[in-house]
Amino acid sequence: MSDEIFDEVTRQRTKEIISRYPQSRSALLPLLHLVQSVEGHVSQDGIRYCAEALELSTAEVSAVATFYTMYKRRPCGEHLVSVCTNTLCAVLGGDDIYARLKEKLGVGHEETAGEPGSPGSITLEHAECLAACDLGPVLQVNYEYYDNQTVESAEQLVEALQRGEKPAPTRGAPLTDFKTVELELSGIFPDLERSVEGPSTAVETMRGAQLASERGWLAPAMPDSPPAFPDLPEKS
Amino acid sequence: MTAPVTPDPLTPVLTRRWQSPRSWAIETYEQLEGYQALRHALTTHPDRIIQLVKDSGLRGRGGAGFPTGMKWGFIPQGATGPGAKPKYLVINADEGEPGTCKDIPTMMADPHSLVEGCIITSFAIRANFCAIYVRGEALHCIRRMRKAVEEAYAKGYLGKDILGSGFDLDIVVHAGAGAYICGEETALLDSLEGRRGQPRLKPPFPATSGLYASPTVVNNVETIASVPAIVMGGSAWFRAMGSEKSPGPKIYSISGHVEKPGQYEAPLGITLRQLLELAGGMKDGVPLKFWTPGGSSTPLFTAEHLDVPLDFEGAAAAGSMLGTTAVQIFNETVSVPWAVMKWTEFYKHESCGKCTPCREGTYWLVQILERMVAGEGTEADVETMLDICDNILGRSFCALGDGATSPITSAIKYFRQEFLDLIAAQPAVQRPEQLAELTGATA
Repeated sequence: MSDEIFDEVTRQRTKEIISRYPQSRSALLPLLHLVQSVEGHVSQDGIRYCAEALELSTAEVSAVATFYTMYKRRPCGEHLVSVCTNTLCAVLGGDDIYARLKEKLGVGHEETAGEPGSPGSITLEHAECLAACDLGPVLQVNYEYYDNQTVESAEQLVEALQRGEKPAPTRGAPLTDFKTVELELSGIFPDLERSVEGPSTAVETMRGAQLASERGWLAPAMPDSPPAFPDLPEKS
Repeated sequence: MTAPVTPDPLTPVLTRRWQSPRSWAIETYEQLEGYQALRHALTTHPDRIIQLVKDSGLRGRGGAGFPTGMKWGFIPQGATGPGAKPKYLVINADEGEPGTCKDIPTMMADPHSLVEGCIITSFAIRANFCAIYVRGEALHCIRRMRKAVEEAYAKGYLGKDILGSGFDLDIVVHAGAGAYICGEETALLDSLEGRRGQPRLKPPFPATSGLYASPTVVNNVETIASVPAIVMGGSAWFRAMGSEKSPGPKIYSISGHVEKPGQYEAPLGITLRQLLELAGGMKDGVPLKFWTPGGSSTPLFTAEHLDVPLDFEGAAAAGSMLGTTAVQIFNETVSVPWAVMKWTEFYKHESCGKCTPCREGTYWLVQILERMVAGEGTEADVETMLDICDNILGRSFCALGDGATSPITSAIKYFRQEFLDLIAAQPAVQRPEQLAELTGATA
């Protein structure tokens, strides 16, 4: 059964991923991302596929798949919208953004508006700290960053996604879809030359560096050439 | 030796390339002295690199502040016994401590500083395999790291016989899958082995029994990205910034109610008063109420702590921890019990469930705080929370449980009256009814 779902290309990729690690089981997290890139979630077939590839039991794979929040157990939308509702983003408006999107899409946490996988369908989730606190409130679409959001901008973003548009992220690659980024998360990059580009530094990111250059502040000067390495202390 | 001079208020070292166009590309990095530290390092004995890092006083930037050179020195070496096993370097790039946002910009803007640091470190500890475990949600960092690693292979900085030195190294960029606990080093190792990310009992420590039960160094992104600069500048240069016990520059991430949130790289020991000045002051002039010096797991500070030196010793002496220098600023409009509730919900969600005190304790703390914020607090709640915290702190394998108690105990320490006022403002609720509601809700 899984032969039909996971084709020859996926099987080749599976081998490639496993070959990167000293021990094959280390490939399990990447492989779960890989099956998710094929099916849009981690299904029982996906679990069986990973178990066979790594000579594990399905129980061992299930135990791992259910532990991590990025593995979705139900089919996801074309896009995954994750709103940070941790304390700092929440104070700055993240809670309001999440509440408005829930209402607008008529769904709750990890639920999908529209037929999963169909164009314009959206899975919504609230996320824990997305490590962009200087740019809060933030949300991610398919793990690309949309920084300094407001209720209005988040609403417009979601409307555009539903219309089939792909608004550019503030930081990250041009927007694709959930399945495509899951392939990258497995460690397979069909188009890295393109996806590695895209904006990555916001004004906030550079603030310290910018202020330092405006005021002529520098780290102490390094010696002209690297100093000799220290001698080792005498061993007694 | 140069005479001691006070360094500038900001000292861009890790952030010095961030403003360059296409700063992530290897061409840019090489133009800006990139990979020269590696060339220099490969000419010496690995033990002398470990000695340099010991001399520099570099301490781990992932929160705990453990001396980096000492950690490397724990790796057994030798042709027989434990030293004969393969050795590994694992980079903890699973940034997710609330407030922390320094490693993600570092990896996006300057991935090669981390790659170069990984190669030098691997050479020093004699590892031939290095994994960079990047948080899954940080997808663009994963792309940048992956590209940087490919570029380094193409230039002969990775692979077999690096720059003719006879040293071999492979680096794999590994994506996590959404679990805060994997930022704990032993949980990260279990996760990297393809398991649930649950912490291991220590000892044995990773230095002897880490990845695949082999000697392993686990270091944070910012720690290892500092290594090339230390090789180029030497330990005296590094020590010209910061204090005797906390030397070097550090990226302070300022977020929340300030005019200019962002990343500010300053010598260790800067104060919040100085940082606020650089960041344009409090947003709209609304006064400061509370702040975290290094993420939500570090006990809160208040406006009383504006002049605490933000280095490892200074933060600890004032009753908190330096953590990840994730400075989250909250003004007086923010309710302390509410903020503490939000953080506790986070810890409850992220507790891996392995240790009972953390798993059950965070669950009950959330119940109490949510009820309190919903207007149904009781007079016993404050003491009950302190009692639960007392039963979590120090009673679990890893620091997640300890961290979960920090916001609560510090908030009660500084803002007890606010909790009591909130409770007093609400009608008292009978305990049996609450329990019936709760058991009803979970049945």
